[in-house]
Amino acid sequence: MTMERDTLTGIILASVREFAQMSDKAQGHDLAALDEKTRLFGGSGLLDSLGLVSVLMDVEQQVNDSQGTAITIADERAMSQERSPFRSVGSLTDYVLTLLHEQGA
Amino acid sequence: MSDTAAQPVALVTGAGKGIGRYLVERLAQAGYRVFGCSRKPVDWSLPGYEHVSADVSDEAQVRGLFSAIRERAGRLDVTINNAGVASMNHFLLTPASTLDKLHAINVRGTFLVTRESVRLMRARQFGRIVNLSTIAVPLSLGGEAAYVATKSAVEALTRVTSRELAPFGITVNAVAPTPIDTDLIRSVPADKIQALVDQLAIKRLGQPEDVFNVVRFFIQPESSYITGQVIYLGGPL
Ligand SMILES: NC(=O)c1ccc[n+]([C@@H]2O[C@H](COP(=O)([O-])OP(=O)(O)OC[C@H]3O[C@@H](n4cnc5c(N)ncnc54)[C@H](OP(=O)(O)O)[C@@H]3O)[C@@H](O)[C@H]2O)c1
Repeated sequence: MTMERDTLTGIILASVREFAQMSDKAQGHDLAALDEKTRLFGGSGLLDSLGLVSVLMDVEQQVNDSQGTAITIADERAMSQERSPFRSVGSLTDYVLTLLHEQGA
Repeated sequence: MSDTAAQPVALVTGAGKGIGRYLVERLAQAGYRVFGCSRKPVDWSLPGYEHVSADVSDEAQVRGLFSAIRERAGRLDVTINNAGVASMNHFLLTPASTLDKLHAINVRGTFLVTRESVRLMRARQFGRIVNLSTIAVPLSLGGEAAYVATKSAVEALTRVTSRELAPFGITVNAVAPTPIDTDLIRSVPADKIQALVDQLAIKRLGQPEDVFNVVRFFIQPESSYITGQVIYLGGPL
């Protein structure tokens, strides 16, 4: 079963909304208006470091449960990239799709 | 919510025999639904206990273990990282492969099982992780260099993970037993054990219930403010 990009973006956005609510950094952001361009961390990012870890774990689990895969989002490759794949909703979506593609899902 | 969903769930690694098996029995008596693993299947059963064959040092097998817990129970409250191996040998006679094996099971195993546990515990913002060290660590016990080095690493993991997991409502502590009569120490000569016991404030062998007593303290909900601690049995060392 291949995962549609929109489905994955939906999972990521829902997760970001859930965990951003707990972060002070999200104050002043309209959580209903998030999209692929939304920055996840760094200066104007929505999440603090704990929020980012929580989102990555949550997305990983939801994807693996629904696809029957065993992807690890926060792997060494992700950590060593010059531009973090976790910087925005869109880049995270791309990265997860790459991982799924590599697993043949 | 059905009764099963309300029942707390515990995982004991290295549950096949020795201390692990004892902890399984006591946790089941205390009302937990208990999962356990060891590399070999077990020839015993217990109401409320489910055994999964898994090697804690193998990442894929650990993932399999947690998929089973997620599918069957959907939650996890307590993890006891009890699976462990020892080796008694003069440092100069210890092959590097022994160190690798001990490290894989004692350190990597604790690392992997802890990481996967958090994924399940996170949902309820509650978790209790208990690791197994040994009094051989503070004693710097001669003849146990590889074992002591790996259990020191377990203590370090206990402290660091206690910081990193606190925001998830998860505590991480360790219990460090004195010699307890199990297969683990069966090959250690009696005079060596006696010499060790003589160094304790309370001069007797440990019992599995001494371990459970500390485990019970760490895992009770009231111990939410106790984390990153190692309790050494038998006295100051
Ligand atoms: N007994 C003592 O005097 C003493 C003192 C201080 C600390 N401890 C610690 O207490 C813990 C339990 O010791 P014990 O005395 O009960 O040992 P034990 O009687 O030798 O039992 C160890 C259990 O762990 C399992 N195990 C070993 N390697 C494993 C692996 N890679 N994956 C999954 N399970 C594995 C074994 O089953 P399989 O072989 O089938 O996998 C067995 O069920 C250990 O961490 C030990 O270091 C013991």
